[in-house]
Amino acid sequence: MNADFTAEELEFQKEVHDFLKAEFPQDIKHKVDNGIKLEKDDFVRWQKILYNKGWVAPNWPEEYGGTGWNPTQKYIFALEMGLYGAMEPVAFGVKMVAPVIYTYGNEEQKKRFLPDILQSNVWWCQGYSEPNAGSDLASLKTTAVREGDHYIVNGTKTWNTLGQYADWIFCLVRTDNTVKKQEGISFLLIDMKTPGIKVSPIVLLDGEPEVNEVHFDNVKVPVENLVGEENKGWTYAKVLLTHERTNIAQVPNSKLKLQKLRSLAANTADGYGGTLLDNPVFKRKLAEVEIQVLALEFAELRTLAAVSVGKAPGPESSILKIVGTEATQFIDELYMEVAAYHSLPHVPEQFTEGFDGEQVGKGSAAASSNTYFNNRKKSIYGGSNEIQKNIISKAVLGL
Amino acid sequence: MDFSYSDEQQMLQDSVQKFVKGRYDFDTRKKLIESDRGFSDEYWNLFAELGWLTVPFREEDGGFGGSAVDLMVVMEEFGKGMVVEPFLATAVLSGSLISELGSDAQKQDMLGAIMEGKLQLATAYAEADSRYNLASVATTASKSGDGYVISGDKIVVFNGPAADKLLVVARTSGDKFDRDGISVFLVDAGAAGVSTRAYTAVDGHRAAEIHLKDVKVAADALLGAEGKALAALEVVIDRVTLAVSAEAVGALVSLLQKTVEYTKTRKQFGVAIGTFQALQHRMADMFVECELARSIVIMAAMKLDSAASAAEKTKAVAAAKSRVGRAMHLVGQEAVQIHGGIAVTDELDVGHYFKRVTTIEHQFGDTDYQTMRYAAL
Repeated sequence: MNADFTAEELEFQKEVHDFLKAEFPQDIKHKVDNGIKLEKDDFVRWQKILYNKGWVAPNWPEEYGGTGWNPTQKYIFALEMGLYGAMEPVAFGVKMVAPVIYTYGNEEQKKRFLPDILQSNVWWCQGYSEPNAGSDLASLKTTAVREGDHYIVNGTKTWNTLGQYADWIFCLVRTDNTVKKQEGISFLLIDMKTPGIKVSPIVLLDGEPEVNEVHFDNVKVPVENLVGEENKGWTYAKVLLTHERTNIAQVPNSKLKLQKLRSLAANTADGYGGTLLDNPVFKRKLAEVEIQVLALEFAELRTLAAVSVGKAPGPESSILKIVGTEATQFIDELYMEVAAYHSLPHVPEQFTEGFDGEQVGKGSAAASSNTYFNNRKKSIYGGSNEIQKNIISKAVLGL
Repeated sequence: MDFSYSDEQQMLQDSVQKFVKGRYDFDTRKKLIESDRGFSDEYWNLFAELGWLTVPFREEDGGFGGSAVDLMVVMEEFGKGMVVEPFLATAVLSGSLISELGSDAQKQDMLGAIMEGKLQLATAYAEADSRYNLASVATTASKSGDGYVISGDKIVVFNGPAADKLLVVARTSGDKFDRDGISVFLVDAGAAGVSTRAYTAVDGHRAAEIHLKDVKVAADALLGAEGKALAALEVVIDRVTLAVSAEAVGALVSLLQKTVEYTKTRKQFGVAIGTFQALQHRMADMFVECELARSIVIMAAMKLDSAASAAEKTKAVAAAKSRVGRAMHLVGQEAVQIHGGIAVTDELDVGHYFKRVTTIEHQFGDTDYQTMRYAAL
């Protein structure tokens, strides 16, 4: 048993770090470090830099543009990216729809869609959830009825993260109403510019329209946009969901947040002449979450070591989803605790580029509450943590 | 042993409950928050007419009696509606401070006006580095001629934007953490040298960062004896802490009810999600937390109304806020989680209750602070 990096791996780590230092745009880093809202262009610009380096999709098979890295290299890459504060590529294209396309799509679809995903020419969003199909995803009601060489799509999808930026949406649609609910679902790719699609924003608790509802009113979709076989979409959907859960542990991100939190606490007055890091109650909580992230990191390493290239992790990834999201949420709570009264002002304008009014509070303290509120979504999305526990109960424990 | 309300308290509860149910629905509240003022002057006048603004005050000051149990009754109902009118900032916090510290002339000047709904106040106590220590005061007030000159920066002053007058906690002598040397001054919100950075807080209430630069006030702006205000400030903040704890109970009970109702109607996998035992047990836990929160708030309110020592009263309030803090954390998070995605949107009231109780968690001492304060007493 050995969890040390080899000399080659250490060299690779340095290569990644040097690349980030040289290539991650300074203006984007400034935004990330100061909690300033990122725009679409920031994501696209950075992803194109990653593409030019050949590192945008480490999990893809090499033939489609993957890096050919082993699990340790992938881990090192994710670690360095997270610790540097560099954003992962937006998941909907690279991590979600692409694995479905390269696994189940035909050659023409691969040629048509994969290069644009790699090069960030096309922004994808998800069309899985519906207002009445959340945890029970298979009960979805959006229909696609075949008419000649088109499907006519009707229904409503929800929680389309950053759907306002999207060029394309991948959708689960019902193509057969007469069979068991899982057996009548198909996987369709839909151009957001098609007539009949309406996007309406949903404002979240932090006041930001981060997600959307997408309405389909007799939307004509060419049959060549069907991935794989009709009525087999549920199988593909499940594969996508397990891919979605890779890196859902968010260990590098949590480590970075914890480093910053520790130094923030060391510089935050406790109100009695010392700092918050002198406070044993706070220190204990900080230690608890550090230990949780450490355990999580090794749980993730063990999972990674067991996964071969391009293959989706198994049901044990549910552990990573549950603990990873809980750790993130707990860290958010501690940021709010450190900020105390400073966490209460709602001043989103000061976290946008070019704000030149009077700053409220110190640093990003005033954003800590909204981060906390917003990240309550983490234990709900991607298969709620309750669903993850069902998966563990059934698939792992055999209950 | 009797935990029932008196007839008067029952009437008070009925009257606030009727207002919240009939005139304070979620959409009305949303419109008030989005308005320029941030709350309704019409409702404020109604509060005055119905006598609610007299609740925090003693009979000799012209009030309803000033009992903590009365205050609890009103605040719990306000909590159910997430009322944003500045009852706490103007009447409970600032009003009680005037009542504790003010001269007869000052009380006559202001308490009547508060109770009639004609005076808006805000108390500026917290500072950038003070956290929850009321004795940590860097703002200074130095003698100058017949009056004082005040300089310093105050943070998160609730009702700061609408206040006609500010009650500013400033140091007239001593070092930053000394218990001695803290005074309270009345400052006109529009006085030269006062600048206000107004904003809406995460819970929809209005607040401000207030900067005071060489603000001149007359000698009669001082409330109480110079340098001796801390003890009164602590008593008042304890009272306010009890009040928000009671408000939290109202909000938590609402969260529990809404969650239970939702799980009866929301169907997944062909059944109402309330039929899942995993969720039933969690809602049972929420219920237990709500009951314990209400119980400990009643305990603390009765203690404040008793002849107990100052230390016992403080200990009771610390215990209440600590325990209610735990309830706010659990019930708030579980209500959101059990509702799922819909509760992290702005459109459902559940998220707004969650934001309000989270705000209360971080006001006047968070759960750890209150627990350690209890342990130290």
